[in-house]
Amino acid sequence: MVKVTYVAHDGESTTIDAEEGASVMKTAVSNDVDGIVGECGGSMMCATCHCYVDEAWADKVGTRSDDEDDMLEGATSEVTERSRLSCQIKLTPELDGLVVHLPEDQI
Amino acid sequence: MAGPVVIAGAGQGGLQAAISLRQAGFDGPVTLIGSEPGLPYQRPPLSKAYLKDGDADALALRPQSFFETKDVTYLPETTVTRIDRDAGRVEVTGPAGDSALPYENLVLATGTRNMRPPIEGLEHACDLRTLADARTLRGRLDAPRRIAVIGGGFIGLEFAAVAVKQGHEVAVIEAAPRLMARAVSPLMSNRFATLHRDWGAELFLGQPAVSVDEAGVTLADGTRVPADFVLLAAGVQPNVELAEDAGLETANGIRVDTRLRTSDPAIAALGDCASFPDPRTGRHVRLESVQAATDHARLIAARIAGDDPDGPDYAAVPWFWSDQGDRKLQIAGFAGGPDTTDEAVTENVVARFDAHGLAAVETINAARVHMKVRRMLASGDPIELSLLEELAAA
Repeated sequence: MVKVTYVAHDGESTTIDAEEGASVMKTAVSNDVDGIVGECGGSMMCATCHCYVDEAWADKVGTRSDDEDDMLEGATSEVTERSRLSCQIKLTPELDGLVVHLPEDQI
Repeated sequence: MAGPVVIAGAGQGGLQAAISLRQAGFDGPVTLIGSEPGLPYQRPPLSKAYLKDGDADALALRPQSFFETKDVTYLPETTVTRIDRDAGRVEVTGPAGDSALPYENLVLATGTRNMRPPIEGLEHACDLRTLADARTLRGRLDAPRRIAVIGGGFIGLEFAAVAVKQGHEVAVIEAAPRLMARAVSPLMSNRFATLHRDWGAELFLGQPAVSVDEAGVTLADGTRVPADFVLLAAGVQPNVELAEDAGLETANGIRVDTRLRTSDPAIAALGDCASFPDPRTGRHVRLESVQAATDHARLIAARIAGDDPDGPDYAAVPWFWSDQGDRKLQIAGFAGGPDTTDEAVTENVVARFDAHGLAAVETINAARVHMKVRRMLASGDPIELSLLEELAAA
């Protein structure tokens, strides 16, 4: 299990014991974490699983791909240098304890 | 407490209606009725990722716990057999026998079923619509085969691209003279015809299949396409019978107004089965897409939860996608009118215009352009071809 914490836009935080190998998006959706939609199911077609990786985790998570960058063009909330599509972040043991912040709106 | 909502159909749209009702604070009873076994799941991967990885668990849209924590009653393997509008209830049949469920609001999310064209011997062909279909299909693909796909639309072509990659011999048979004729411009059809041929598929265009047997498919002009496995992917038709029997207006789907109400305001329809006014043209359209299903569901849920007679009309910009091989086809907007004219902006970007202006932009592996166009279409501002040329060149 890998722990991941979602911090909602209103500051409420939810920590989930996630399955190793699952994405940050799928983990949120499977555990009723509101604030991540994941409309296209992780096909990188919708930009409704936008999250901001916590500064402390930025290096470990790594940077977004060009495709991801392109899709974030259509994200509803502000895109920053820490923006990622959470469907593209796979939970590996190295990411145990990961913290992501959720935007105000996904749609 | 608010009166009960019954949702007939547990695909992505039906489930989204339940999710959105609770997110909007709706506190009345919600019942979601689905004809298939298991939890509601995503269909798009059935012709893509699932064919490759076979991971059915990954398809579930929500876990079982969702239905408990959100207090949504989910009735799988259950069918609505009749709507009794006078009594305000639906009659259902399922594993627990027959029963009647009262509703204050009914949401029809009955989806579509595969079209069965008049082809002799169709029982030799496999469908690809449900998870059960996809499981069967996967089982049949474990050894190299000669495959004929009847239907050159999104599903048939997505499947063909996966099958060719897996080493099968694949032929695609399309009755129309071009691929994906209902969904994309002739320019895009041609582009994908070239791609599929390059990947190794054989294409038979402009000739409908007339018969299927154990050794292959025969086309109208007598051409014989040998195959030891045949997939039927010849489009779908909306499930409107329930609505029709209840006296609701239907015409290529269950007809709804700008707030997605049927001719009975207590009954809404969404997604693949609904014919709704296109916000851009006012023309009634029926779209087969995740986007329409979920955006419809959100509006209907907000309307029911908010009970606001002057709430917003449905205004979402349509978008579609199809993964074929390593190509990501994305369509922003919807061009369905007979007056459509097309402009090739680049080899991978096609703009479609009609009397109302820009209708849609089709892109291949150009997600940035796609997303920008979605935003531009949502703004409602006029969009000139020159602007698209700038975007595509950036």
